[in-house]
Amino acid sequence: MTDRNSQIVAFVREETIPQAPPPTAEAGVVKWVRVNLFSSIPYSILTLVSLYVIYAILASFLPWLFNGVWHTSNIRECREVLEGATGGCFSVLSDRWNQLLFGIAYPSDQYWRPSLAFVLLFGALAPVLFPNAPRRLLILTGLYPFIAFWLVWGGTIFIPLMALAGVAAGYLVYSRYVADSFAMGAAGGVATAMVVWWIGGFVTGATEGVLALEAVPSRDMGGFMLNMILGVVCVSLSLPLGIALALGRQSSMPIIKWICVVFIEFIRGVPLITLLFVANVVLAYFLPPGTNFDLILRVIIMITMFASAYIAEVIRGGLAALPRGQYEAADSLGLDYAQSMRLIILPQALKISIPGIVNVAVGLFKDTTLVSVISMFDLVGMIRGPILASSDWNGVYWELWLFAALLFFVVCYGISQYSQWLERQLATDHR
Amino acid sequence: MTTFTDPPSESFRLSMLLNDTRYRSYTFQFIALLILIVMMAYLGMNLVRNLAAAGLNISYEFLDQPAGYDINQSLIDYNSQSTHMTAAVVGIINTLLVAFLACLTATLIGVVAGVLRLSKNWLVSKLMAAYVEAFRNVPVLIWIIIIFTVVTAVLPGARAYLGEDPEYDLFLGMMAFTNRGVYIPALIWGPGSGVVAAVFVASIFGVFAYRRYARNLLFETGRLLPMGWPSLAILIVPSLLVFFVMGQPITMDMPDPLANRFNLRGGLQIGAPLIALWLALSIYTGAFIAENVRAGIQAISKGQTEAAASLGLRPNRIMNLVVLPQALRVIIPPLISQYLNITKNSSLAIAVGYADVTATLGGITLNQTGRAIECVLLLMLFYLVISLSISSIMNVYNKSVSLKER
Repeated sequence: MTDRNSQIVAFVREETIPQAPPPTAEAGVVKWVRVNLFSSIPYSILTLVSLYVIYAILASFLPWLFNGVWHTSNIRECREVLEGATGGCFSVLSDRWNQLLFGIAYPSDQYWRPSLAFVLLFGALAPVLFPNAPRRLLILTGLYPFIAFWLVWGGTIFIPLMALAGVAAGYLVYSRYVADSFAMGAAGGVATAMVVWWIGGFVTGATEGVLALEAVPSRDMGGFMLNMILGVVCVSLSLPLGIALALGRQSSMPIIKWICVVFIEFIRGVPLITLLFVANVVLAYFLPPGTNFDLILRVIIMITMFASAYIAEVIRGGLAALPRGQYEAADSLGLDYAQSMRLIILPQALKISIPGIVNVAVGLFKDTTLVSVISMFDLVGMIRGPILASSDWNGVYWELWLFAALLFFVVCYGISQYSQWLERQLATDHR
Repeated sequence: MTTFTDPPSESFRLSMLLNDTRYRSYTFQFIALLILIVMMAYLGMNLVRNLAAAGLNISYEFLDQPAGYDINQSLIDYNSQSTHMTAAVVGIINTLLVAFLACLTATLIGVVAGVLRLSKNWLVSKLMAAYVEAFRNVPVLIWIIIIFTVVTAVLPGARAYLGEDPEYDLFLGMMAFTNRGVYIPALIWGPGSGVVAAVFVASIFGVFAYRRYARNLLFETGRLLPMGWPSLAILIVPSLLVFFVMGQPITMDMPDPLANRFNLRGGLQIGAPLIALWLALSIYTGAFIAENVRAGIQAISKGQTEAAASLGLRPNRIMNLVVLPQALRVIIPPLISQYLNITKNSSLAIAVGYADVTATLGGITLNQTGRAIECVLLLMLFYLVISLSISSIMNVYNKSVSLKER
């Protein structure tokens, strides 16, 4: 055969040739650049324009950043050091670092307290946020509100202890009776907690100054700490409220349904700033004459109401997205309303709503800057008020505002990345 | 054999209010209503007592009193002798103005950024992602203040445009960008200008009529008429003709660098606060809209694009005729709620001194008259009316598209 072939065909290759590398234009960096950046003439123009935009931004930003001055005590010194060259006066950040973070009035020898509370926050959040975190940390989560309150506000340790005792007693009563009826358990728990808190009022009155940290009044809170306090407190308080409102809106009882609908639509229809005006100037009219509870608490109430309406809508979406079969299955098992909600519906509905809830949380955290409008000194309020108005730093806009933007960006971007990670973790459907 | 046709008829006992599901809901509702009424009565009583103690009452008479303050930007006649009511109306118009402008530009920015973020060009899509993340994750208040700072600190003063030999020339000979705002030519409507305007409006309808005619012709005979340049011609040519036939009745009042030694005179001044608020709201909300647009386009399954491509449609036709009409159904509801957000966020105007309704009614009027409850109530009412009407429009739209769904 081969002989005949060799007579008919001039040449037959007996072995395969080794694979040649692809042409330079079709491999490696060159191919990537060609496909991704210069695939056609319009795309090439777009790429060049983008390159110019990036160059223009970096060309003005980088010298400003790297030529910055970090150690002067006011803007005139900073300008002398710069001698007319481009450069940021970042010394405003090092000079006013504590004010930016803690506000103007928080006692400076007590800064370790909010810092410690901030660090503990991560420990308390870890078991909630990460399914793989050690379960024992949940104890810290349960205790955290009381520890954080004591650390940030100070005062006798008996205030958080009594609050904790009330919650514990209420929980004991609740878990004793919840098997009979959820309504009875919940009502009994709340009543017990109330009684313990009422008794605790006398105890804390009697033990003022026992094991006490220096008490810091709310009006002394400020800076980024205030944003963190408002964000964390309001998000955690608005979650249960939002769930209740969402369930109420789905309820078959018309009166309860309409109360929830009116509340939600009203809150969602007005800007947060008008609610803050209410907290600032109107709310006092609706309280018993002579009561004087502080602005931060009124603001927390209003922001919590605001956030709970939005969270309620997100959870309502989750409830509506559950297949009807889940509700019917729960009914056919003979579960009553509270049981079917607690055991079947809410765990699934909340899981679907997590991205939405995180969105609301990020939005709410950003909205905490609005309190600066009613002259509270949060991060934005600090910058606009005491820092930019001082003769030392009047005119240092970019450094301060970009620093504030960076702080918020880090937190909010972190949260939204976490939410995307969690979504991937919780995706149990197979696509 | 016994059959149960009715449940055993028991007489009503009081314990059934708690234990029988048929009656329990009445108990719950009764308790809820009772708590609500008690709470309302408690708050109301406190209000009455507090007002009595402060010697106040609820009255809206202050709306008829002269406001006594100036507003730097107003579309209607206003001076410090006008009433608080007029000040509130000026504020409402200003709110609607900035919200309307910001909605337009935010949509434009958002659609462009959203489409570009899906671009196959790596650099452009990364640049758009950076824009979206940077603006979504920083409070809008900070952006408003930063952009206001840019406008007031970076742009030159009006004086730079003045005199025989100015530092800066007017942009295109008609616009000046100063730290007090942007000066643009003002239109002066002379006699006969109504005819020009009427012709222009008529030619807009003409464009629609032409496009419908071309569409019907395409569907019936398959003949494709050109769309682009005839529409443009119909829009412009008749108005231009009438404009010259009537003897150029519309003239422009240019900002004049020579009229005054201290400030630009003439033209229309758009104040720096409005510019800053408009830019900030549209760039900030544009980032959110970009995400909505991206989600909407990605929600259309790839099979649709492939099917269109296999029918031989060109890429821009695929986008226009197949992907976008379907994506709009996903995009429009969140888009409308972004418009709502713009309206609500425009209340942050108070931070840069733009006289919107929150700044006039909820700010200066409230502080001058001390009528906190009335002012805040009116303010909330205004925003509620806006939000509820927009969301009812959205509901109507949702109903109209959900009918067509599979």
